[in-house]
Amino acid sequence: MSELPYGFPCCRWSLHIIVLVVFVCNTLPIEASAAPVNPSRETDGSLETNITKAFPVIGIHYQHVRKPFEIALWILLALLMKLGFHILPHLSSVVPESCLLIVVGLLVGGFIKVIGENPPVLDDQLFFQYLLPPIILDAGYFLPIRPFTENMGTILMFAVIGTLWNIFFMGGTLYALCQIASGELIGIDLLACLLFGSIISAVDPVAVLAVFEEIHINELLHILVFGESLLNDAVTVVLYNLFDEFSMAGVVTVLDVFLGVVCFFVVSLGGVLVGVIFGFLAAFTSRFTSHTRVIEPLFVFLYSYMAYFFCEMFRLSGIMALIACGVVMRPYVEANISHKSHTTIKYFLKMWSSVSETLIFIFLGVSTVAGPHAWNWTFVVGTVVLCLVSRVMGVIGLTFIINKFRILKLTKKDQFIVAYGGLRGAIAFSLGYLLSKRHKMRDLFLTAIITVIFFTVFVQGMTIRPLVELLAVKRKKESKRSINEEIHSEFLDHLLRGVEDVCGHYGHYHWKDKLSRFNTSYVKRWLISGENFKEPELIAFYRKLELKQAIMMVESGQVSSSLPSTVSMQNIQPRAVPQVSKKQEEEIRRILRSNLQNNKQRLRSRSYSRHTLFEADEEDNISEVRLRKTKIDLDRRVSVMENRMSHYLTVPANRESPRMGVRRVRFESDNQVFSTDSFPTVHSGKPSNSSTPDTVSLEAGVTMRSNLKTDIQPRGYASDKQQGELDYQRLARCLSDPGPHNEKPEEEEDDIFMS
Amino acid sequence: MGTSYSARTEHEFQDLSERTRFSIDQISNLNKRFKQLSNNKETLSREDLASLPDLDNNPIRLQIINAFFDKRNLGHNEVGIVQEICFEEFLMVLSHFQPTRTGTTEDNNEKLRQEKLRFLFNMHDTDGNGIITLDEYRQAVEELLSKAGTIEPETVKAIADAAMLEVASTTRGKMEPDEFYEGITFEHFLQMLKTLDIETTMHVRFLNLDTVNMRCGK
Repeated sequence: MSELPYGFPCCRWSLHIIVLVVFVCNTLPIEASAAPVNPSRETDGSLETNITKAFPVIGIHYQHVRKPFEIALWILLALLMKLGFHILPHLSSVVPESCLLIVVGLLVGGFIKVIGENPPVLDDQLFFQYLLPPIILDAGYFLPIRPFTENMGTILMFAVIGTLWNIFFMGGTLYALCQIASGELIGIDLLACLLFGSIISAVDPVAVLAVFEEIHINELLHILVFGESLLNDAVTVVLYNLFDEFSMAGVVTVLDVFLGVVCFFVVSLGGVLVGVIFGFLAAFTSRFTSHTRVIEPLFVFLYSYMAYFFCEMFRLSGIMALIACGVVMRPYVEANISHKSHTTIKYFLKMWSSVSETLIFIFLGVSTVAGPHAWNWTFVVGTVVLCLVSRVMGVIGLTFIINKFRILKLTKKDQFIVAYGGLRGAIAFSLGYLLSKRHKMRDLFLTAIITVIFFTVFVQGMTIRPLVELLAVKRKKESKRSINEEIHSEFLDHLLRGVEDVCGHYGHYHWKDKLSRFNTSYVKRWLISGENFKEPELIAFYRKLELKQAIMMVESGQVSSSLPSTVSMQNIQPRAVPQVSKKQEEEIRRILRSNLQNNKQRLRSRSYSRHTLFEADEEDNISEVRLRKTKIDLDRRVSVMENRMSHYLTVPANRESPRMGVRRVRFESDNQVFSTDSFPTVHSGKPSNSSTPDTVSLEAGVTMRSNLKTDIQPRGYASDKQQGELDYQRLARCLSDPGPHNEKPEEEEDDIFMS
Repeated sequence: MGTSYSARTEHEFQDLSERTRFSIDQISNLNKRFKQLSNNKETLSREDLASLPDLDNNPIRLQIINAFFDKRNLGHNEVGIVQEICFEEFLMVLSHFQPTRTGTTEDNNEKLRQEKLRFLFNMHDTDGNGIITLDEYRQAVEELLSKAGTIEPETVKAIADAAMLEVASTTRGKMEPDEFYEGITFEHFLQMLKTLDIETTMHVRFLNLDTVNMRCGK
């Protein structure tokens, strides 16, 4: 976009103008709402005006639409800002987005204040009920399970012990500081300091996500910091409520402390339990959604949301519930839902969490301008310094202990990143805001909290990227998992388990294997529809890989680069390749060309109803993709005038599967295994045509279907698909001498396709 | 193999410890386990390992058992299977599963990594010619999926083929249609599994052996 010498400035200026308009609109509603309550004005004006007034042709009925209008405007503003940052070329690579958004929030807040209105504040209800859950759900649903469980011990240590250390160290030293500094700070008693400590100590998942996503550090560090930020919620919630109660009561007994500890376990384990239950409910529900695919994603969102609110109702840890729900339901739901639903869930979650995050940061900026402030140099600066100090001390101390139990020790670089990545964010602010006005130090606390947040987000957020590069911290491996890695890591799992058994050690792998077997034999049976639960992971992985390749092909319009076009199966299996005579090749080429032309002209119109997406859609796409793959290869072949064998690397589904309507069958239409002993396929070198998948007819893919005996079976359709059909029949007959034999009847085909 | 069990002293353990990099505690633990497995004999035979009930559920149990008796893993430079192994050889096989220590140099780490990968490679390369052919690979995938219910052979073939294709294309790049890719050599194997972080994942904790409660399945 920046290459357009003419267009670029236009875009930028139009963007600026839009933004300006949005600003003005944002302030307009506030003005209008601040107008005195004068019913005879514009509000529901038509009913209350005097009879002598003329009939209003047009008027402003603002109050009517005020709330949704404002919400929409704020979200629009947030998103336009996000757009803007990425248009400006170098800004987003230097400054993390969160900083920019806070600055925008400051500007907007300032603007509103200048106009003379009160800017809206990030109140806790808005934050905890609407803005936070999507982010946490997104994090939990896509949590990488393997590194998370492998490092669970470390993460828990950091989350629980680390946070506790932070709270008590900060509370204690702040209290000491207040006593020493005297002045107005004398009045802050220990409990208030501890309360403040509990608010400020927790690492914030939103801030961590926002910053770490851009720096792409390796998986281990990412999961350590991120996991810690998620799991420390229980500690924060418990201690916050505890100290809040205590500071009202004023006196602490041993019983209270004991109850506090009990409360911690109840809150965290209760949260997890609620999440797990709702997760299983969601998985169970998804088992029956095969006929109503459209609403599948909603189940995921709603069950998670319910889990969150259920927990909030009982003051349990809602974040842990969301994480547990997402983690538990994901494997089963993914096995049950359609591919489109999976994509929908992924994109909706990303979209919501992105919007939420943007709004949170903007509101942080606005609230800074709005909120009542009470500045005290000692307290605020002391807070900032102590946050850093306690974090560093905590991390170093804990790592020293943890490294005794870890195989992969945490190096000094790792420790530095973990300590430096302990960002505070909006949760701290909202908790501070939640403090009742009874606390006389509330304003001071809020100011200090905001300062710490600004410091961590701006200073630490901006410098972490150059520091990561400076320290040469290992970055994330961008490559996707290959099938070889999958095979070998499964192999390794079994091997290690075997060796553990030989050594007589019931270790990590033993229990992991037991859990996995329990999962397969009992849990999956209940939660996964159809026959899918018997499918081993390797095969499921393989199918997914195929599907991805197929989709990539559709999108790129040609064979994807991951499909090795220069190395084919022939290179691996040397077999005698039957020669195809020139005459045959000519005929094949002619058939193919005519077929391609036919297909280009055939347009398929579909109607989408609100209530059903045709199941056939997905299948059509995939079989069309298969067809195109076939065609492209075939095309290439014929022009090179060579014979090649080509396997279409697909997994034939279980033909004997009793339930034809099952998702697995979808792949059946694509599974064409041309083995070298049946017939050679001939390809031409023509480049792929630009026809869209829609214009490629379906039946050819069907005819290319082969059963497990790997013979070509032509089908006779009494439809307009006949032509391409016959072509392929001829093709097949051309190439295989005994000729294909008719087998299965037609209805089965239709069944499979329309299911 | 000449010394009898009664002569195993601290000195011998010390000797073994230097050679196999296990600590004395680990060696004495493993010694106890060895005695359990071999019924207090001096050598361990295949039947001893094969009768472990824990291994029954393992899809690759035969490969694992073979690995213990494979000459290549025992430090001999020849190919073949022995029938019995002594304690030192037992330790040598198990030393492939030691974790990497901190403080070792990059070279040592690389050496360790290669050793572990060589162990894995030998498990796949059953005929010992230094190359994993397509058939051997298919065999490996089949074994891997053997405990997972009924799988069609075509599935296995397809997966193994896909995997082989992948290795071929990433290591050899462009190949003429007439060329034949014999199989995965050790170098290709190394390249393929670069991302698996073998040195950290392929380890067993040897110290936490509870020799009293161990089952031995006899």
